[in-house]
Amino acid sequence: MTAGLIASAPASPASAGPAGRGGRRRRPSPAWRLLPVVPAIVLLLIFLAGPVVWSFYGSFTNASLTGTNAQNPAWIGFDNYLRLFSDPVFPLSLWLTVVFVVASAIIGQNFLGLGIALLMNRANSAVVGVVGTCVVAAWVLPEIVAAFVAYAYFSQDGTLNQILAALGMTGPNWLYSFPMLAIVLANVWRGTAFSMMVYRAALGDVPIEITEAAMIDGAGGAKRLFLITIPMIKSSITTNLMLITLQTLSVFTLVWVMTAGGPGNQSTILPVMAFQEAFRFSDIGYGTAIATVMLLIGAAFSIIYIRALRPSKG
Amino acid sequence: MTDFAAVVPAVTRPAASVASPKKAVSALLVNGVLVLIALCFLLPLAWLVLASLDVRASYQTQIPDRLSLENFRAVLTPDLTFRPLWNSFLLSAGASVVTVVASVLAAYPLSRYSMRFNKPFMYAILFGTCLPITAIMVPVYSLFVRLQLIDSMGATVLFLAATSLPMAIWMTKNFMDSVPISLEEAAWVDGASAMTALRRIVVPLMRPGLGVVFIFVFIQAWGNFFVPFILLLSPSKQPAAVSIYSFFGQFGAIAYGQLAAFSVLYSVPVILLYALVSRGMGASFSMSGAIKG
Repeated sequence: MTAGLIASAPASPASAGPAGRGGRRRRPSPAWRLLPVVPAIVLLLIFLAGPVVWSFYGSFTNASLTGTNAQNPAWIGFDNYLRLFSDPVFPLSLWLTVVFVVASAIIGQNFLGLGIALLMNRANSAVVGVVGTCVVAAWVLPEIVAAFVAYAYFSQDGTLNQILAALGMTGPNWLYSFPMLAIVLANVWRGTAFSMMVYRAALGDVPIEITEAAMIDGAGGAKRLFLITIPMIKSSITTNLMLITLQTLSVFTLVWVMTAGGPGNQSTILPVMAFQEAFRFSDIGYGTAIATVMLLIGAAFSIIYIRALRPSKG
Repeated sequence: MTDFAAVVPAVTRPAASVASPKKAVSALLVNGVLVLIALCFLLPLAWLVLASLDVRASYQTQIPDRLSLENFRAVLTPDLTFRPLWNSFLLSAGASVVTVVASVLAAYPLSRYSMRFNKPFMYAILFGTCLPITAIMVPVYSLFVRLQLIDSMGATVLFLAATSLPMAIWMTKNFMDSVPISLEEAAWVDGASAMTALRRIVVPLMRPGLGVVFIFVFIQAWGNFFVPFILLLSPSKQPAAVSIYSFFGQFGAIAYGQLAAFSVLYSVPVILLYALVSRGMGASFSMSGAIKG
């Protein structure tokens, strides 16, 4: 949901707005001008910057959920990180996170969203309305409801296997035998609406004259798509890819309800691993170290994303 | 904008008028593929609706023997539904109010003065919108334990507000940039202070935009499971997202129908709000357009 709004933001973060014309006015001193920003800054410092700093600090302690180490955690240096890098679950978890993001966001949501948006450009407007509503419905639902629905759909005697049975096939227990496939498909189902809406808005901005001119020049459908449409919406593609990557990195509820990381650790993506270490095995310090690794991955993607936006400012 | 309904009318269909037989076949194919995709997206939801109306529901999707509202009647009790939904409302409305007030105040100087502070601040905000909130929940928990804020609705509201603040400031600044400064200049000439101008002129003019921000923050907080799951411990304070999860853990294996009915009751408010926003969004655009012209 979060990023549903971000896509609406224009590419230049520091656009001047109407401020440029303020030259004639009575100017309060700079410090006073910033006074209204203070409540926002205080909130952001305490509740966003605070936990980020705390995450780095906490990852060097042996803080636990209960007991003496909960009140007075000791500084243990890099022990949590040493343990993390020798933990056999960590590389698996990192790999599963990469698979989850690449398969469900970069391949699934992105291409399906683009495909739906392209098809919608040529479809009947009534069909467009109905299809849009169906795709968006999965995205608007509260995440816990979406997770229950996906669980029911993929469970042993769920809808998917009923359909397969009707076609004369016996479906496996998806959540147990193919947990990654199930959560990838569920995340595609839940998240494609976002990409679809981004690409619909982007395609709507492609001037019809250009496509028409290409058509008159004899460019076929595929040629028009790859030589004109795709290059023209390139910045939307970059934005969308970054945003869905970051969104998918922070998916927890869907996976927690569907498989809880299991069976074994076969679908333990990083957020699930951090949660389990911190709250199931009561090792807050270790969970915080995993959280810090996730923050660094997220920060790396954010920086790439922000840099990618900059040139488009012109 | 990401809004769906507002985009639909703007899109023209190229070459729809040229009706050659080949085109007609391809149009049929395009529509057919889209309908098939829509069915795939709708299919999982069929279970939710059918099971909520079926007393003997299971995880199988089946047409109920007889339609019944028994499941809804069973879950419509203060403990199961009303209190969790009320808690959800308190958390979401609280977070939305705090977010909108803080972001209007913050957006005003950012939009109206060009300061050296603007650019780094907006970049920091953009960075904040990217922060994976799931990643910080473990440190947030231990920070809240240290500050003795665990199980406090107020602190949870402020945390939810802070997580949606970066985006809300971003949106609010964009909406505010589209309110022309000339109206305020007239007020300044008459001796109004910046805050008076903000309250009397800018806020009323951008009311539709603020409505969009408010509702988006509300929908986001309403649907949030992980944050209250970590930060609120006592059942009497937990919102519907968490109570539905505990319900599922305790009775889910037997009461599928009630689980589905509960899910429907919990989802309806955000679906209605989304419908409201997707229409209101178009209005907010036409508003800014009218002033510009």
